[in-house]
Amino acid sequence: MDKSLCFYFQVHQPDRLRLYRFFDIGNDSQYFDEFANKTILKRVAERCYLPMNSLMLELIDKYKGEFKIAYSISGVALEQFEKYAPEVLESFKKLAATKCVEFLAETYSHSLASLASEKEFKAQVKAHAAAIKKHFGVTPKAFRNTELIYSDQIGAQVADMGYNVMLTEGAKHILGWKSPNYLYTNAINPKMKLLLKNFNLSDDIAFRFSDRSNPNWPLTSDKYAQWLNEACVNDEVINLFMDYETFGEHQRHSTGIFEFMRALPGAVLENTNLKFRTPSEVAQKHQPVAPLHVPFAISWADEERDTSAWIGNELQNEAFHKLYSMEKQVMATKDEALISDYRKLQESDHFYYMCTKFFSDGAVHKYFNPYDTPYEAFINYMNAFSDFQLRVDKATAAKKRKSSK
Amino acid sequence: MKVLMFGWEFPPHIAGGLGTACHGLTKGLAKHDVEILFVMPSASGDEDQSAVKIVNASDVPFTQTWSDMQTFLNKVDFLRVSSNLVPYIDPQLYSEYGSEIKRSEYEQFKVKYGAKYKFSGKYGANLMEEVASYAMVAATIASENTFDVIHAHDWLTYAAGIAAKRISGKPLVIHVHATSFDRGSADNIDTRVFEIERMGMLEADKVITVSNLTRNIVINKYGIDPSKVITVHNAVDFNEFQQVDVRRGVEDKIVTFLGRITFQKGPEYFIEAAAKVLKRMPNARFVMAGNGDLMNRSIRRVAKLGIADRFHFTGFLRGADVKKMFSYSDVYVMPSVSEPFGISPLEAMKSNVPTIISKQSGVAEVLKYAIKVDFWDIDAMADAMYGLLAYPGLSEMSIRCGVEEVNALKWENAALKIKDVYSMAIAGE
Repeated sequence: MDKSLCFYFQVHQPDRLRLYRFFDIGNDSQYFDEFANKTILKRVAERCYLPMNSLMLELIDKYKGEFKIAYSISGVALEQFEKYAPEVLESFKKLAATKCVEFLAETYSHSLASLASEKEFKAQVKAHAAAIKKHFGVTPKAFRNTELIYSDQIGAQVADMGYNVMLTEGAKHILGWKSPNYLYTNAINPKMKLLLKNFNLSDDIAFRFSDRSNPNWPLTSDKYAQWLNEACVNDEVINLFMDYETFGEHQRHSTGIFEFMRALPGAVLENTNLKFRTPSEVAQKHQPVAPLHVPFAISWADEERDTSAWIGNELQNEAFHKLYSMEKQVMATKDEALISDYRKLQESDHFYYMCTKFFSDGAVHKYFNPYDTPYEAFINYMNAFSDFQLRVDKATAAKKRKSSK
Repeated sequence: MKVLMFGWEFPPHIAGGLGTACHGLTKGLAKHDVEILFVMPSASGDEDQSAVKIVNASDVPFTQTWSDMQTFLNKVDFLRVSSNLVPYIDPQLYSEYGSEIKRSEYEQFKVKYGAKYKFSGKYGANLMEEVASYAMVAATIASENTFDVIHAHDWLTYAAGIAAKRISGKPLVIHVHATSFDRGSADNIDTRVFEIERMGMLEADKVITVSNLTRNIVINKYGIDPSKVITVHNAVDFNEFQQVDVRRGVEDKIVTFLGRITFQKGPEYFIEAAAKVLKRMPNARFVMAGNGDLMNRSIRRVAKLGIADRFHFTGFLRGADVKKMFSYSDVYVMPSVSEPFGISPLEAMKSNVPTIISKQSGVAEVLKYAIKVDFWDIDAMADAMYGLLAYPGLSEMSIRCGVEEVNALKWENAALKIKDVYSMAIAGE
């Protein structure tokens, strides 16, 4: 029986906040650092999105349907492409036209809504599916949650929305002796199939590729294909999930990461019995082996593989709680600008910046963080949020006056 | 009467309240015909010299004559600030080492002779070295000028004051604006600073303290004879004071803490009281302006209490932003655990902001109408905040009386008391 190799890339760019001071509260409701967001997006586009998209297109053409990949592009990233780098959006559209690329569903603003409010979660997934349809002409069928956050509950909610494939982390503390290299199902709704990330093989590319202290450095495509072969002697499917920015941004062009990817499909197709498949194809091709019980939420972040990178300390808990306690009031205003800002304030990145786990995963956290300390991140966020609260209160009061007239 | 005064800073380039106090005080003294030679380690040339003649210690070459050197070094030998502390050494080795030190001291002296020392005048890593060099230069200045009395402000200049006294034989008055016990908790003070402070106090003919609170510390913690310790409360100079108009973005009432976020300033009591007020008055807002080593802990506590959308941090504020912050405020709180005096409540009152101060502050001794609470009594603090926010009658009275009281605190009056202290010191009373 032939086996499956499934590549999925996460594409996301946050809306970073500007330095929002106490004196700005009530005076200035422009929260985001347009300049930084534009500059960073353009830089990443040049280093990663454009060269990598053109490489993927080249490989798809070369292997005539044998090379397939999947993307999840957050809604806010799509907005930034439209605004600052339309050429990136065009190149994704070209990839979509090859039919060898699957686009996954996620929350529009890359948020943690699944951990706070089912209603808001579903609304954001719907908004994201509409955006994918608008740009790429396809309706996503497989789902992946922000940072691969998953629990039995969340899986069942996603199944309710009509999805029957979902991606998550092959977390050790959940799997125990079990292998991530099979298809599993949700513990509540067995129709929902689960693809689990093989984090060892994924991280070999995403984190360890250029690490010269790694005894396996340098990693070549042939060596890697050999590992893939060994990994699936008895198993069926290998899921390689990673940030798209791995290519060219986290692992610079000079590390040879592009050459590695250029040679990989050939090495895999020649030397292994793995076939490239997209998540939906994997779910169709293979039989689930067992239900997976995940009572508490897991994710792909940090050593703990839980949600503590976003809601682990008192700063994050406070910001998170204050943000979601406003949901009803914000939605009742029906004010588009307010709802748009509300969703942007929900981006998980804001909470990630407030993480205090300096030591164990500090390197990764530091890389992604525009602030010097989590405390600065918290203060800045709460200042902007306080202004947002004022606007919502004002809008609510105005609405009340109207209806009483 | 002519005074040789040693300071560390002078407006416009100031890092703390010391420079401001020196400026006000010297202007007050000038009105009483006191002539002042004001020495500072690093002057920029744009200081206000209307009341004083500034001497820049960085410009003074070290020119004790060679033959005087032996006597000079004997007179100022206290300057070797614990430089000869060597651990694990037996007595014989130590005496050899001691004579070695003597030799190297002569060598160093030769190197320094005729040279100028470039002071930073800041509070940096070389502070101890600067303090010692400042005293060396002070000796030169003392031998080249005539004056009736020496006046030294805070521990940084005590060594300079002592050197000047030993060279000139004139009486020394030291002015205690703060002590080591205000800078750290009682069991965690800098012992090197403590030693210098105590040496200054013992050597001085008179010790001026900025409050009775500080006077008690000087008497009890440093063991100084009470008869030579005199309190002269600070005053405040608001001649150039201008209130700024700001566009307030928020309509809610704002309660403000402004200062360094350190143990001494009692930020945690402000936070706990804020949480209590917010339970009764959910639309109040609190601001903690400043930074310091307890800032992160304070932020965590605010988050933990779940009041972070009502409790804001601004970070460190400068000049115009401080005034802006006062204009934003409806209540000002200074919950200091230990405050020798405390100028900021006076600025708040002058800006028409009702003020709550801790009983553990020197300024509490001169203000009748400000609301006073024990720093640890968060219930009383919360009551006071709530009262000033909720009852307009209370806040109106607090504003009116506050401005009157502040206007009555004049440097001119304080300077007269200081002049009396000079006279006593000169007369040897």
